[in-house]
Amino acid sequence: MTTISKVRYSRRSMLKSGAAALTAAALPAPMVWGQESKNITLRQFGTGVSNLNEVAKKVKEDLGITLEMTALDSDSVTQRAATQPDSFDIADIEYWICKKVWPTGNLQAMDTSKIKNYDKIVGIFRDGKLTPDSVIAQGTAPHTVGFVDGPGGTSFADHETGWMTLIPTIYNADTLGIRPDLIGRPIEHWSELLNPEFKGKSSILDISSIGNMDAAMVCKSMGEIKYGDKGNMTRDEIDKTMAIFTEAKKNGQFRAFWKTFDESVNLMASGEVVIQSMWSPAITAVKSRGIPCVYQPLAEGYRSWGGGLGLSASLTGMELDAAYEYINWYLSGWVGGFFMRQGYYSAVPETSKNYMSANEWGYWFEGKPATDVITSPFGDPLAKAGEVRDGGSFFDRMGHIAAWNSVMDENQYMVRKWNEFIAA
Amino acid sequence: MTNQTTQTNDTAFAQAPAPDARRAMSHHLSGWLLASPIALVLTGFLLLPIIMIVVVSFWGATEFSIYPAFQFDNYAFLLGSEVTYRVFLNTFRYAAITWALTLLIGFTVAYFLAFHVRSLNWQIGLFLFCTIPFWTSNIIRMISWIPFLGRNGLANSTLLSWGVIDQPVEWLLFSDFSVILAFVHLYTLFMIVPIFNTMMRIDRSLLEAAADAGASGWQTLWNVIVPLTKPGIMIGTIFVITLVMGDFITVRFMSGSQSANVGRLISNDIALLQYPSASATAVILLITVLLMIATLLRFVDIRKEL
Repeated sequence: MTTISKVRYSRRSMLKSGAAALTAAALPAPMVWGQESKNITLRQFGTGVSNLNEVAKKVKEDLGITLEMTALDSDSVTQRAATQPDSFDIADIEYWICKKVWPTGNLQAMDTSKIKNYDKIVGIFRDGKLTPDSVIAQGTAPHTVGFVDGPGGTSFADHETGWMTLIPTIYNADTLGIRPDLIGRPIEHWSELLNPEFKGKSSILDISSIGNMDAAMVCKSMGEIKYGDKGNMTRDEIDKTMAIFTEAKKNGQFRAFWKTFDESVNLMASGEVVIQSMWSPAITAVKSRGIPCVYQPLAEGYRSWGGGLGLSASLTGMELDAAYEYINWYLSGWVGGFFMRQGYYSAVPETSKNYMSANEWGYWFEGKPATDVITSPFGDPLAKAGEVRDGGSFFDRMGHIAAWNSVMDENQYMVRKWNEFIAA
Repeated sequence: MTNQTTQTNDTAFAQAPAPDARRAMSHHLSGWLLASPIALVLTGFLLLPIIMIVVVSFWGATEFSIYPAFQFDNYAFLLGSEVTYRVFLNTFRYAAITWALTLLIGFTVAYFLAFHVRSLNWQIGLFLFCTIPFWTSNIIRMISWIPFLGRNGLANSTLLSWGVIDQPVEWLLFSDFSVILAFVHLYTLFMIVPIFNTMMRIDRSLLEAAADAGASGWQTLWNVIVPLTKPGIMIGTIFVITLVMGDFITVRFMSGSQSANVGRLISNDIALLQYPSASATAVILLITVLLMIATLLRFVDIRKEL
């Protein structure tokens, strides 16, 4: 019985959508697409950072598209994008993951002429330069894996080709988080992570690709190692970096290593750790418990990362159009404002401005003192009037990037060395 | 084991004077039929996956995919790396210490329940009492130690207020101590249950006989109770050792990711899409654990004792 009714249902819906497609083909008016997209479901997966239910709710309201979201950790995201191409329509991944995943052919390039706000996307994602005289940082800078030669291109292009691999969504500059109340003096360099003063009170993240780069920032700051490219180390550089960290570990420098966002928040909030690698929203989470925590800008600069939306290679027809519609909506400001109020940056800041108060824009983007209480989109107070964002304005922060999250040529060697470090 | 039983039945019938050959035949058939559901389940859910793991352990891997092959690279790397031996050693260390402690505590608790608590109702009541922690999940029981043992946790603040220490004790959390503490807490019950079970079957008249023969309490314990409890101890040992050898999450959380055991090696490999290498490690671990159990079973014939 059920089978029969199912068949009937699907046949009817096929007729319906077939008719709609015919109408759409005959009358290519945008209104028709808008209505048709009401029945469309897009499956998106990505890291917990940007896969928030608020976005799905809002896109349903604005476009009628149903967005099914799955949040995973970065390793699982890579795994899924590389091995299960039919399980998603939209992949919300980081640029360094894109470098790994693109060669599998599971994603398709996007036609930038269909992206309305393409010209307003920040330069970092286009020619790599934030301002015309910026120096491009080391590592997997987003523009180096942002373009391919054509719709079926398999190798990355070194200039803007009109075919984009990922549409940038959010990005940020990462640094060390500290507990100013427990440290009680200014912290200015990455090398402080291994300062014996913080023996048993420091931590680093146990995700090899990122942890290794934080380690490199520290070793460079200590003056122990000079790197050719921190985002693409040689075996020798990896060996030296891990030797320094292994010795520190054996001396009891680290309290723990963390792997998930929550672990980093708990380590910091409980006072187990006073200085550690950290992500911006984790700082926010510690602060919202009323515990002082600073995302400390450091002299050597930031380690930066960027995320973007990629389209599954199997998307075609109406779903593909709906995906473009979704991406245009994504860049039109609401999402950007939502994320910027959590401390990230949006790919098109000027559209996000419309969805932020003057106070919020001044605090988060321009680095001005808050004129009133700053609250997160979820209602937690984050800053009082008069406070300034750690690190200052957008250009101060994104202009001081030392390296981008990356995949190294010696990745497998690095992973082995990292495992040895953890087992040491 | 099922096979063995069937066989014994079979031979028994064959050797019998065979009053009714057809009855024997149908017994033979029904034996096979009765054994087949469990055989099918074990084949489908235990044997085939293990075969799959063994097969994949010979495959090759790139950064984001695995490809069928027959190569020994995974094993060569695994067995050629000094880290592997260190990690295996650490895993054995955890298993040995946890085993010794759970045995000591488990035996004591079971002994108390079986020989000191006289009424059956109290025995059952107290035994159920031991299982109460199992009403919450494994992970929660483990994680709840973290705020307790932390630098500003309950243990440290209590010790400080008593004046036992003037500085918070650091080694309480994120150390081998906390890992083993969590293991002992999680797995002692697996020792209590089988030991208690075998102790309850010990014929009380044996204890009286020992007393009549002039044995002291310790002599009775060592010469009568311990030998008769061996099967229970062995079953508990197998539980504890396999659980500790296969664990990865307790070590990760309680050591603050600072210590490694074999389970963590495997989980790291899986996270990095290195399935063949993870399979190879799993195969080596499986062989190790099977060898350990085979050795244990040499000491006690569980089947005979049950």
